Amino acid sequence: MDAGIHVKDLNAWFGSTQALHGINIDMPDKQSTAIIGPSGCGKSTFVRCLNRMHETLPDTRVGGKVTVGDMDIYGKGVSAVSVRRRIGMVFQKPNPFPTMSIYDNVASGLKLNGYPNRSELDGIVESSLKKAALWEEVKDDLKKKSGASLSGGQQQRLCIARALAVEPDVLLMDEPASALDPISTSKIEDLIFELKKQYTVVIVTHNMQQAARVAEFTAFFLMGNMVEFDKTEKMFTKPSDKRTEDYITGRFG
Amino acid sequence: MTRTRFHQGLDDLKQKLLAMGGMAEQAVERAIRAYDNRDIAVCELVLRDEAQINAAEREVDELSIDLLAMQQPMAVDLRFIIACIKINSDLERVGDQAVNISERVMDMVAQTRSTLNVDIPRMASLSINMVRDALNSFLTANAEMAQSVLERDDLVDNMNREIFEAADYAMTHQVEAHRDALDTLIIARNLERVADHATNIAEDVIFWVRGTDVRHRAEGQTLTGSS
Repeated sequence: MDAGIHVKDLNAWFGSTQALHGINIDMPDKQSTAIIGPSGCGKSTFVRCLNRMHETLPDTRVGGKVTVGDMDIYGKGVSAVSVRRRIGMVFQKPNPFPTMSIYDNVASGLKLNGYPNRSELDGIVESSLKKAALWEEVKDDLKKKSGASLSGGQQQRLCIARALAVEPDVLLMDEPASALDPISTSKIEDLIFELKKQYTVVIVTHNMQQAARVAEFTAFFLMGNMVEFDKTEKMFTKPSDKRTEDYITGRFG
Repeated sequence: MTRTRFHQGLDDLKQKLLAMGGMAEQAVERAIRAYDNRDIAVCELVLRDEAQINAAEREVDELSIDLLAMQQPMAVDLRFIIACIKINSDLERVGDQAVNISERVMDMVAQTRSTLNVDIPRMASLSINMVRDALNSFLTANAEMAQSVLERDDLVDNMNREIFEAADYAMTHQVEAHRDALDTLIIARNLERVADHATNIAEDVIFWVRGTDVRHRAEGQTLTGSS
């Protein structure tokens, strides 16, 4: 199924402050798109609008249209829970359930959604941990160790496994490696490279080299507007907009 | 403006490359002066100063590699450093051509002069002006000026062909001066190469400024640039 993300005239507000201004973007299916821009440019707000996380904050509003494949994210009768099942999210700081075992962390989403029988669950936990490149490191301790006992990099991959267990079409990642050391960062980047074969990936990052390494497409945001969206190699060698060039070459402000 | 140290590094790179360009240009000028006057002392000067150009080449490469490794340049800065690395190589080759010309002149001093009807000084002036304008276009980031350098390459190529015919004639009809004609032919070839290097430099300036690859257009090869 096509899981491309199509955003039309997306606006978002915090109270009376408009954080996003008429964003239009089409992110292709089973490709990764990086969102770059200075702090406060709206990139996190943007990805949070893609799976209806923005509305979880008080006094917020969203306008415009977001579709993933044939699903209208803000359509009538579409529940936020069903949206988030198809569009998973991984955050900057790994947030495993600290007291749950590794196994239960991965299975938690399925349990919330009415989980399948035991052997099926075992299979999904294993395949999710394998997809997240964590299986080999934890397979002997699945039920013995807690999520909190893992290293930061392992915790982040555990969170990715947890997001994958509910079989989403899209994976949103908000600075997934910024709190990790270079080795763990490389593992996450390698993982993103593998994941995009099966999932549409959107990654917010401050690290432009990371965007260059993992994303086919890059969007540059500035003050709530999307300035430019193009193939990553074009963005980083010959951007069309002067503002993009000024940002990526450090001539800003 | 942020990344002050990085931008200082880019400025240093530009200055070093321009200084090296000045040395390469001067080397060709001296070699031609030596040709005009059959002056061995000036030839020796060119040979001696080649080491400075070679040292500058290494310095420019080192600085470029440092900036690539340490600063992760992007977009126009990335294109600038790539252009500098390539221009660096062309300038070093311009210096080599000056040495080659000087060696031919040293050989010519002892030879019977041929009556070749060729205008080496004019060809040299065209080639040196191409190098000078290519370097000026680099100094001022002026793609139009760089474009004008490309358009002059044919003139030098044509002169080279004319000199080939003249040398061929002289070697057949004035056998005692065949070696002088041969040396002149090689000098013309060296000057034609100087103009080619100027063309390469101008192409690199256009790549840096516009992000467009204008090389080999006449051959109909695939272009990577779009404007």
